[in-house]
Amino acid sequence: MSIFRRHVEQEFDPTQPLVATGNLRRRHLASRIIQCLAIAAALAAVAVLVIVVWAVVAHGAKAISWEFITAGYPKGIGPYLIGTAEIVGIATLLAMPVGVLIALFLTEFAGRRWTRPVQLILDVMNGLPSIIIAVFIFLLIVAPAEQQSGLAAAIALSIIEVPLIARGTQEVLNLVPGAQREAADALGVARWRSILTIILPAASGGIVTATILSVARAAGETAPMLLLNSLAKGDVVQFNPFEEIPNVPVRIFQLSEEANPEGFTEAWGLSLILIVIILALGLSSRALLNRSKRKLTR
Amino acid sequence: MSATPPAGTASLKLARSNRQSPARKRVDRFGDLALFLICAAAAVLALVVLILIAKETFEGAQPAFAKFGLGFITHQEWAPPLDKFGGRGLIFGTLITSAMALVIGGPVAISIGIFLALLAPASVRNLISPLVEMLAAIPSVILGFWGVIILGPVLVSTIEPFLHNTLGFIPLFGEPQTTGLSIFNAGLILTIMVIPIIASVSRDLFMAVPRELQDGAAALGSTRWEVIRGVVLPSTVSGMTAACLLGLGRALGEAIAVSQVVGGGTESHLSLFKTGGTMASLIALQFNSAVSKLHTSSLYYLAALLLIIGVGSNLLASWVGQRFGGAGGAVR
Repeated sequence: MSIFRRHVEQEFDPTQPLVATGNLRRRHLASRIIQCLAIAAALAAVAVLVIVVWAVVAHGAKAISWEFITAGYPKGIGPYLIGTAEIVGIATLLAMPVGVLIALFLTEFAGRRWTRPVQLILDVMNGLPSIIIAVFIFLLIVAPAEQQSGLAAAIALSIIEVPLIARGTQEVLNLVPGAQREAADALGVARWRSILTIILPAASGGIVTATILSVARAAGETAPMLLLNSLAKGDVVQFNPFEEIPNVPVRIFQLSEEANPEGFTEAWGLSLILIVIILALGLSSRALLNRSKRKLTR
Repeated sequence: MSATPPAGTASLKLARSNRQSPARKRVDRFGDLALFLICAAAAVLALVVLILIAKETFEGAQPAFAKFGLGFITHQEWAPPLDKFGGRGLIFGTLITSAMALVIGGPVAISIGIFLALLAPASVRNLISPLVEMLAAIPSVILGFWGVIILGPVLVSTIEPFLHNTLGFIPLFGEPQTTGLSIFNAGLILTIMVIPIIASVSRDLFMAVPRELQDGAAALGSTRWEVIRGVVLPSTVSGMTAACLLGLGRALGEAIAVSQVVGGGTESHLSLFKTGGTMASLIALQFNSAVSKLHTSSLYYLAALLLIIGVGSNLLASWVGQRFGGAGGAVR
């Protein structure tokens, strides 16, 4: 490192008092400037968050009323909210067992040989653009049936959720103390019994957290909804998953594409509600995760 | 695990019963096998889905591939009514918006990582970290809507004219348009989307750099920055590369927000301030209104290209993180 060399080059005089030379002052200045830049970067990110959320709150608050939340198209958004909840609910019901089982496979059964490939599959799945998953489900389900449906969108969302749930669950399962496993083994408890009655319950908090996070992610996903489930009008609540189900993200997208000021107000209102739900889910999952981690690592 | 069983008797009885009862042994052998098989089946299911995704997408792209071949990639014109399809403008738009996101977002995100991991006291870190992650939680459709309504007009009225007037001799900063929907706007939105991803990965990376190494450098007289530059950054280069590749994968594949703010063009041009299109955004915009089988198939062709690039950047990220590991172990 150049700084040290520069020191050595100076002639060493033991009688000199140990004070900051010009060089040191310059280095401190450089260090301080860089630190300020790093702080500025962090502040900029927070500022962007505040600006976006503030815009949504300021514009959205005007739209919100009891009628807006409960009524159907064209006055309100009730069916969209319920539709989104339905689709995300179905998606989570499909994704959670698969995600948890994959995590169990990784931590309990895979061994050294199989961990990497399965992990890689999860990583690739996690990195897949959601539009490609949407195109895939379109070819697999919507095109043969010649009909869009909420179920197709839910299946697409579940593909998005699986790697998130698996990753989160795996992290918590790894936190379960090995001593608990060994104690169960030493008592002659079969593997499957110890997994179902000891390891999974200990990790349950983390599993719930991962699931909530994936729900928050899925609730805002628009690309699959747009390709698979975008034709519902939203005047009535639709409970049949084999039909198109009205939902929030597609509605925001459609409104933002039309140049209609009233539509924009509705879109802001929808955005506000969606963002509040998603941030609330995110915060509660964070609190839950901290609690369950503390419990496990105590 | 609240109540510990009374030492000895109960657990001993359990152990003895396990050893002695053949029926229970049979149940346990079956249970072990069944649970293993179910878990393995879930993992296999994930693999099957991945393979199916590739298969279906490539099959869908087959008609377009048969007609245009690889020339699709370099051909410019995208005219659905004339059955002429070429992806050059869209590939170009995808690359330029993603590059913009990485060039602006990468350094900012890594600085945030440095701040959170090395400079901020724990209380500040615990406050800012969740805020940065919240940025990632904002749905892309809302970010895109914000880009259309709020960011677009600001760009048109102030930032784009300023850049055009001062740096206009560079072809990137051409004549600003009137709507604010532009490649530049899309690049900025993508920047906002990749920053939290790269920042949180690089924060974890920097936190994993051994404390002793940093203390050693500090004890030799290094300033804070020299510790970071001399110890922290060199030992995490591979991890930061992997983090940026993850961000790149996200930026390449983002469809909705980009389709809202980019304006829906298909040409390739250098000016950032004109409308354009990316592969993902065009799929989102035209899929539901495709005019012919060939049009749909050309969109699948784009999806297949996107799949190859996206999976490629992901695999590259994991390979870089693995191969040049070191402190890069924090990268997933």
